[in-house]
Amino acid sequence: MKFTLSWLKDHLETSAALDDIVDKLTLIGLEVEELVDPSETFTNFEVAEIIATVPHPEADRLQICTVKSSAGEQDLVCGAPNARVGLVGILAQEGAVIPASGMVLGKAKIRGIESKGMMCSGAELGLSDDHDGIVELAAGTEIGMGAATALGLDDPMIEIAITPNRPDCLGVRGIARDLAAAGLGTLKDDNVRPIVGEKDGGTSIVVSGDTCPVFAGCRIEGVQNTQSPDWLQARLKAIGLKPINALVDITNYISYDRGRPLHVYDADKLGGTVHARQAKAGESFVALDDETYELRDADCVIADDNGVLGLAGIMGGLASGSTLDTRNVLVESAWFDPVAIALSGRHHNIDSDARYRFERGVDPASVDTGLALAVQMIVEICGGTVCAPVTGGAVPTDKKHVSFAPARVRQLTGLEISEADMQTILEKLGFDVETGEVWKVGVPSWRPDIDDATHGADIVEEIIRIYGLDEVPSTPLPQDTGVVRPSLTLAQRRAGLMRRALAARGLVEAVTWSFVSQAQATAFHVAEGLELANPISSDLSHMRPSLLPGLMDAVQKNADRGAQQINLFELGHEFKAATPGAQRYAAAGLRAGMAAMKSWRGAPQAVDAYAARADAEAALAACGVATDALQVLPVSPDSGIDWYHPGRSGVLARNPREPMAVFGELHPALLAKFDIDMPVAAFEVWPDTVPEPKAPKQAGTDIARPALALSNLQMVRRDFAFEVAADVPAAEIVRAARGAEKKLISQVRVFDVFAGGQLAEGMKSVGLEVCLQPTEATLTDAEIEVVAEKVTSAVIKATGGRLRG
Amino acid sequence: MQDDTGAVENRIISDIAAAATLSALEDVRVAALGKKGEVSALLKTLGGMDAEERQRLGPLFNQLKIRITEALQSRRDSLEAEELTRRLASETLDMTLPVDTDPQFEGRIHPVSQTMEELAVIFASMGFDVAEGPDIESGFYNFTALNIPDAHPARQMHDTFYLTAEEEGEALLLRTHTSPVQVRTMEAGARADGEEDGPPFRFIAPGRTYRCDSDQTHTPMFHQIEGLVIDKTTHMGHLKHTLEAFLTAFFEVDNVAIRFRPSYFPFTEPSMEVDIRCHRDGGKLIVGAGDDWMEIGGSGMVNPHVLRHAGIDADVYQGFAFGMGIDRLAMLKYGMPDLRAFFSADLRWLKHYGFLPIDVPGLAGGLSNKTLAVK
Repeated sequence: MKFTLSWLKDHLETSAALDDIVDKLTLIGLEVEELVDPSETFTNFEVAEIIATVPHPEADRLQICTVKSSAGEQDLVCGAPNARVGLVGILAQEGAVIPASGMVLGKAKIRGIESKGMMCSGAELGLSDDHDGIVELAAGTEIGMGAATALGLDDPMIEIAITPNRPDCLGVRGIARDLAAAGLGTLKDDNVRPIVGEKDGGTSIVVSGDTCPVFAGCRIEGVQNTQSPDWLQARLKAIGLKPINALVDITNYISYDRGRPLHVYDADKLGGTVHARQAKAGESFVALDDETYELRDADCVIADDNGVLGLAGIMGGLASGSTLDTRNVLVESAWFDPVAIALSGRHHNIDSDARYRFERGVDPASVDTGLALAVQMIVEICGGTVCAPVTGGAVPTDKKHVSFAPARVRQLTGLEISEADMQTILEKLGFDVETGEVWKVGVPSWRPDIDDATHGADIVEEIIRIYGLDEVPSTPLPQDTGVVRPSLTLAQRRAGLMRRALAARGLVEAVTWSFVSQAQATAFHVAEGLELANPISSDLSHMRPSLLPGLMDAVQKNADRGAQQINLFELGHEFKAATPGAQRYAAAGLRAGMAAMKSWRGAPQAVDAYAARADAEAALAACGVATDALQVLPVSPDSGIDWYHPGRSGVLARNPREPMAVFGELHPALLAKFDIDMPVAAFEVWPDTVPEPKAPKQAGTDIARPALALSNLQMVRRDFAFEVAADVPAAEIVRAARGAEKKLISQVRVFDVFAGGQLAEGMKSVGLEVCLQPTEATLTDAEIEVVAEKVTSAVIKATGGRLRG
Repeated sequence: MQDDTGAVENRIISDIAAAATLSALEDVRVAALGKKGEVSALLKTLGGMDAEERQRLGPLFNQLKIRITEALQSRRDSLEAEELTRRLASETLDMTLPVDTDPQFEGRIHPVSQTMEELAVIFASMGFDVAEGPDIESGFYNFTALNIPDAHPARQMHDTFYLTAEEEGEALLLRTHTSPVQVRTMEAGARADGEEDGPPFRFIAPGRTYRCDSDQTHTPMFHQIEGLVIDKTTHMGHLKHTLEAFLTAFFEVDNVAIRFRPSYFPFTEPSMEVDIRCHRDGGKLIVGAGDDWMEIGGSGMVNPHVLRHAGIDADVYQGFAFGMGIDRLAMLKYGMPDLRAFFSADLRWLKHYGFLPIDVPGLAGGLSNKTLAVK
């Protein structure tokens, strides 16, 4: 909402300075977004008179002019053909910034003659296209006056952001009322005179349907449409509207002056009765924007006997609009249901000043005053004979009252305000107040936002915003004494621990979009319905079914920038179905490119799936999982997870049907789809598969560690090498060895794996180190031998292999 | 004989001192103390002496042997030390070669995560839980329950992303703010019907939010934090203090002044924007003091309509809510100039602005460890 200071002062009697007005607007909820003071543009420009001229000795077309300004007399060289003694114009002094070019005016020497300052043309001042001569002001204009004042450009423009609850401030008068209530002056009396018809109405108006309860019209005959007077054009231009002709300009002006949209029809183009009614399916019309709109019965239209004239409250029609040739007019001032206008405007996707105001709620009382003001202005500017106004329907007049307990102010704000102050504020805002234990507050017709169902909160807001929010006393919340209790849920704690565990493994946390491209989503089997109807771009069109596509995208982009070691992870939701609950928290990460760069210590190494498994295990360990009890199993084809290398991937699970994590090298076909040409090992962990810890029988007993029994007896280490079939999992050999003598064997470690050499085709050798920890007595050689036998036979039994000599 | 031992001793001691290697020293030892050595030979002569002479010469010879043995040992020690020194000198490595950085100093925490943890820590100290809600929402929770009915102009102002899927005939959407979590959490509490889960409520709700908007300062996905306190007498003064306390702790300055400005949000009444004191120094923005104000969030007293939608008795309970942009808080505190870079996963950016896993925010030592950095 834009307006100028002089416009505001049409409604507000005030001596307040511009800065105070601007500050106060923001403090009462009318946030100032922009303040344009055109006089700042004309700093160093002033009115000056040419008092003498002599021809330039070196150039035919130039003259040396002596000009008189507030600075005394000075000589300057001027080439304007109209430069002559007695001319009063605009002088730019040294240091002035020329509006048209942005150049700073400095000292000049023109063909050998010193020239101080410059007399400006309309074009140089950015006022017109006139390059041919310098500006000529009326003779007698005060010498030394600021250029902005002399040119009538000293009216500051203020733009404020109006929240949707304040349609009354979509008119300058409403803004003035708020400022007056806030103590910045007094609201001037309204100067609208009731319409006096010089002859009969000459129009018949019928309203029907729910959207338009009232349509008032006034016919004016014999108008002379014309360009608007300068003051009107200047105001419209100042707020960024283009003057068109007086009839149109007057309606636009009243729209901004009163928040009251109007429409002016060329009465000679209307056929018979004017109707405000619901559209009939199949009707259409051509609007002022030259577009044809197909109407639905939910749309309210203005029509004559021949058909639709316009979409009610949103946009008029091209055929019945007024032009410079218009002689007889019908002025419309109506009221429409805000919800109906909002839905209709949204359906047809038309944004207009009228829709903007009607859908927020126009003051119903302005049906009559708005019409009267329009008629008054039209007659003043265009002349004509006014007919008696005709009204179809009736202005809704049910006065709204809300009950308000004054104690609510203290209850909601913590601030004591006297009842007298409250009453004054409300009355200045146009409310009427019946005091008592509970006040009965009458709501002015221009405040549709005040709601009786908010327990007085709406009234409290009116009082406190005018009284001053600065006064609200800062008050600590009541606190439990002592130390606060933990606030995070189990899932939140696990997420935090996983994040730091993964970062501690050298992975860098990324936050990638929740949406991915269709191709990426499809590669990860996105569910039905997770497509956006209005994506910001085709790259971001589907909710991500996994965190990996976003991270893979990041791999590709970082690799393009030359990165050779890309270790990333993310924690967040993957979307499993198009319903609000179907999002699953996951931790995912990847290592792309080199695990170890070329180094003076050794050869470079590419990433592999084992690091990804270790990452996944670290994340699970952070969630409290004992990872050495996890099984590593192949990724089941039933899982729907097919984005890993089938031979270099696995799941981590306590129960094969419920994997807690999956890891592996990413499938080469998938890497190709993402334009990635380096190896990538990745993992995904789902913390919701980790069971909740069992509650202890007695509080706190889960915090203390189990008792620790340490043996002082020496540990014995024995190495074994088994030859087994190449497809025997190492975990099976370890499990068999461990199970051979549970009491003594404390650890089994694979230290060597190889194939080839002297081994038969299809076989491999696995080296094990078995640790024996006695607890009662030192082991004898014979006892160690017995355990070694048990280990050997258990492994042979489990794997069909043999002990290598 | 006494004079003889003195001469023998002097000679052998000088031989010891002259031995330049361990083997030369061994030759001296054998010559003196070996089976056929000179000192051994002297000692052997004691057997053939009479008691008186032995009484006199025995201690002399033994003293001689002890002194020679000590001299040998001393020389051996010093020769060994010299040899060790020589060996070590030959073993010198270039200690300027690069070492591997420990992985825990390579990894980083994203500034958004770090900031969210800081928020959780600060608000935990004021008794706030952390609530969560879904990113995919219904029109009911995102709008209707928050007092934004279908035709309300505020709906258009939200630049909502819609899914192609519908629920109960209404298109699902991506939440445009974290405010739906207010309603969901209160509703769950009211339904749970237990003393512990019902009102009063005191929680924050951080999370991802979405708007169909993209330019220098807007990304289609961003992060918000919602705060809600519902009790019987909670008022705007409590809101003001909570925000002052939070912002002072978060920005780690002595005191942050805030200003309420009246505004409008359908889900609060009265509604206020929150401005924070700041000053602009060239292109830099300094928070906490100064003569300028900067908007930092929205707030207000929860609209009774919202309480009713959540099944809370609006005649008994009242309270406040506030919302802020987490990414923006992070930018203001840690100085990132461009929001879009947050989500571009550029390793160079993440390494520069990210946090080490050991940088765990806490209140005892201050939230950010950056104050530890030594220049």
